[in-house]
Amino acid sequence: MSATAAQDRWAEATQLRLTWWRFRRHRLAVVSLVIIALFYLVAAFADFLAINDPHATDARRSFIPPQTIHLFDEDGFNPHVYGLRGVRDRQTFQLTYTPDPNRKLPVRLFTRGYTYNLLGLFETDIHLIGIEGGQRTDGIFLLGTDQLGRDLYSRMIVATRVSLSIGLAGVALSLLLGIILGGVSGLYGGWVDTLIQRVIEVLRSIPTIPLWMGLAAALPNTWSTTQVYFAITVIISLIGWTDLARVVRGRFLSLREEDFVVAAELAGASQGRIIFRHMLPSFASHIIAAVSLALPAMIVSETALSFLGLGLRPPAISWGILLQDAQNIQVLANAPWLLSAAVPVILVILAFNFLGDGLRDAADPYG
Amino acid sequence: MNVLEVSDLKKHYPIHAGLLRREVGRVRAVDGVSFHIAQGETLALVGESGCGKTTVSRCILRALAPTSGSIRFDPGQGETVDLATLPKRALRPLRRHLQMIFQDPYSSLNPRMMVGDIIAEPLRVNGVPAAERHARVLELLDLVQMPAVARTRFPHAFSGGQRQRIGIARALALNPRLVVADEPVSALDVSVQAQIINLLLDLQDRLKLSMLFVAHDLSVVRHVSDRVAVMYVGRIVEVAPTDALYRTPRHPYTETLLAAVPAPDPMRRGRQMKASGDVADPAKPPPGCAFHPRCPYAQDRCRVERPELTEVAPGRWASCHRAQEIELAGVA
Amino acid sequence: MVERTSLAVRDLAVHFEMEQGTVRALEGVSFDLHAGRTLGIVGESGCGKSVTARSILRIVDRPGRIVGGQALLDPGTAEEADLIAMDPESRRMRGIRGGRIGLIFQEPMTALSVHYTVGNQIIEAVRAHNDLSKAAARDRAIELLREVGIPRPELRIDAYPFQLSGGLRQRVGIAMALAGDPDIVIADEPTTALDVTTQAQVLDLLRRLQREKNIALMLITHDMGVIAEMCDEVAVMYLGRVVEYAPVADLFTTSRHPYTRALLRAVPSILATPRQRLATIGGAVPHPGARPSGCAFHPRCSDFMPGRCDAASPAPLRPGEAGASCFLEAQP
Repeated sequence: MSATAAQDRWAEATQLRLTWWRFRRHRLAVVSLVIIALFYLVAAFADFLAINDPHATDARRSFIPPQTIHLFDEDGFNPHVYGLRGVRDRQTFQLTYTPDPNRKLPVRLFTRGYTYNLLGLFETDIHLIGIEGGQRTDGIFLLGTDQLGRDLYSRMIVATRVSLSIGLAGVALSLLLGIILGGVSGLYGGWVDTLIQRVIEVLRSIPTIPLWMGLAAALPNTWSTTQVYFAITVIISLIGWTDLARVVRGRFLSLREEDFVVAAELAGASQGRIIFRHMLPSFASHIIAAVSLALPAMIVSETALSFLGLGLRPPAISWGILLQDAQNIQVLANAPWLLSAAVPVILVILAFNFLGDGLRDAADPYG
Repeated sequence: MNVLEVSDLKKHYPIHAGLLRREVGRVRAVDGVSFHIAQGETLALVGESGCGKTTVSRCILRALAPTSGSIRFDPGQGETVDLATLPKRALRPLRRHLQMIFQDPYSSLNPRMMVGDIIAEPLRVNGVPAAERHARVLELLDLVQMPAVARTRFPHAFSGGQRQRIGIARALALNPRLVVADEPVSALDVSVQAQIINLLLDLQDRLKLSMLFVAHDLSVVRHVSDRVAVMYVGRIVEVAPTDALYRTPRHPYTETLLAAVPAPDPMRRGRQMKASGDVADPAKPPPGCAFHPRCPYAQDRCRVERPELTEVAPGRWASCHRAQEIELAGVA
Repeated sequence: MVERTSLAVRDLAVHFEMEQGTVRALEGVSFDLHAGRTLGIVGESGCGKSVTARSILRIVDRPGRIVGGQALLDPGTAEEADLIAMDPESRRMRGIRGGRIGLIFQEPMTALSVHYTVGNQIIEAVRAHNDLSKAAARDRAIELLREVGIPRPELRIDAYPFQLSGGLRQRVGIAMALAGDPDIVIADEPTTALDVTTQAQVLDLLRRLQREKNIALMLITHDMGVIAEMCDEVAVMYLGRVVEYAPVADLFTTSRHPYTRALLRAVPSILATPRQRLATIGGAVPHPGARPSGCAFHPRCSDFMPGRCDAASPAPLRPGEAGASCFLEAQP
């Protein structure tokens, strides 16, 4: 492309495009974006990617250590796992599992497993991988099993759905509250602003854990997991909106003084046009950045709540609930693989933070 | 015929103190300002920072609500209105006759809108149909000597001077009766400043613009204005046709201002500015004439009695007790 | 009359490594500062005048980097020292910065901390460069404040910077610059943020101090009026180069570089006739990153010679000799 063509392209580039060009230069942020996209893809196709029914318990296969898939055997490429043989330790009476080299179970793609609903569209029982044949207790346990014999890998995959969506739902609710209340606060000022700001200060001065504990304890035991899920979302975003409201209010206040907003006012533009055509687009990118930094906070909140037993309750599956199983030191000593549920939490939180930083830097092409 | 007649305009800011936020005093940012702008005329409002010139312009645009006084404006429909007391709702249809050119060419254009849309915005919100808008934008770009391709570009592609041209085009879009220009060239480089000054001179000639030109730079003002009003601590101390004011100032503060400007000519070095000291605080203006503590001509009367703006010669007004006795130096 | 040369800058080159590529902010700048004389450095935005000052003081911020040249203190004497060769953080450089070389900023608030009184800060500066007791340093600070014309210095010494007017703050800034008893003072747009009457007072002060202390003053400004008023010699800069160097009287009467001539014609004058148009320079100053080929001024030059000016750069000026860096200059 010639220099002038490049210049023309730059001259006619929208702010969105300029932001994107800047964002692309942030390696870490782009990688993070890909990681997050992958996570949400996993969440969307969780049941398809899961191998075993995440809810199916079986006392005969509790605490199976992680298994590996062997890709080759003497005949060449032939992915397989070995069947397991439970051996009871004569001193501790613990049941330990060892691979049985005589029982080779072939691993196949698109096998039939438990029945689920794909994307809420249709029922199917096709899974990405599975084994052919074998006994009822056989299976692929990539990350081992828990006390009740549930496959940790499948549970983690399915947990992604709840943990990532509770963040989204929480942030969406926070955003709604934040934009409305922050906008009103910043646009109208006066006593409305004072009132909203005091409410925010009061809310923020309450220590979060006791507040959550109180609210979570107030949830009726009889509620279904779905109801609890929504209640928890509301509880978390009750605090979350204050941050966003402050961002929105600050932007409105500074934009109100901006010359181009005054110019629109002098042109006779209506209040609505000034807000939606001039002010909102000017800080949409800041809001996106704020959201991408608020999301991990939501995810951590859910994880922390569930870990403490205040959030979601079994049979719901979330990362927090998986980690709750890893609370007991005794259990951990026997089955350290249960701690692997912390890995996706850390990965997602870091990725969101890097993404947020990258977006924030890119949002202001002149900054 | 006058486009604008401002009389006894005041803008006071209360000073609150204490827990109950009682009013303990007032900053008299603008304290009784009167002037008029005739059709096709450019009046410059000059003074140092804090003199109230910007506050006056903001009151006229009703970005600020004046404390008292009247601002009679003729929107060109036979009847004048008082902008000072008009409710905001009634103001909106009048906005189109009263436009502004901003100081900062960077913050005055929405970076998220194409230049064509920026210029067309006043047209759009005042109901001009799309086809007409398009033609008018091209006409305006041509008027401010910008290429037509600018229409589809964003402000970030333009230099400060070009952005200022875009801002001027937007201000002129609706053929306003009065343009308020707030320091329109002070943020620009010298070479670009000259281009914009020339453009303003062109537009004055071609469009018979009426303009209130708010500025602190007396050199720029001498090029573009027909008359000059000098402000000091919230009041006008002198009004006169430009050339007369520069040649034979009638207020000691005008003389001080003129002597203080460094002329781009080393031969004129060493002129002495007679006044000393700092600009008075508008929260605690000195009694009598606010300029008396700095004035080399001050007498006892100046310390107690505030002079009124009076006509000292045809078309020349000054607020100085000694305007008729003292001989003041101007610049040729 | 032969003055002592206090500082000789030779072929100073500074690059900024930006994402878009290397920006050559300075390309071989040379000039001399003489005791008791004022060198004006004038130019529009991006010409490199401030970078020059920061390079001499070794306070160029990243991503800027000095890539070549010298800044020789006391050139030709036994004490000759190259500031560019020194470690910017060394004790020696710190002693020179604020010691032998004083610096006056555009906005003194940026140089003064809001958390300490004016006195604290001047006393600290005094003690950094002199071996004095606290009491003696306080006396010296009061003396400095008196020297820069601050009324009642023994009271003002305990004021915080925000309690002072802009003019007084700049005087405090000058007192700070004098704390180390410098024989070279670099003033970077010292009056740009001030009102005209205050500017006149501060310029007077600078002139008086320079005379009394035989200081070599480097005055950076964009204002041709300030240049005319203050300087003995002038270096005109454009995009990182000195394009003309001349005694001040010659610069205003018989300038040799087309840029200088155009710039002088473009400056609005307080001596203008009503509605006088200005000569303009076409276009705007290019971004230093998009430097035109050959002579950087050629796209805006009225004397542009195709095939010559855009093909090669004219020879840089020899320091201390009046002339212009222009191909027209070389022709007999």
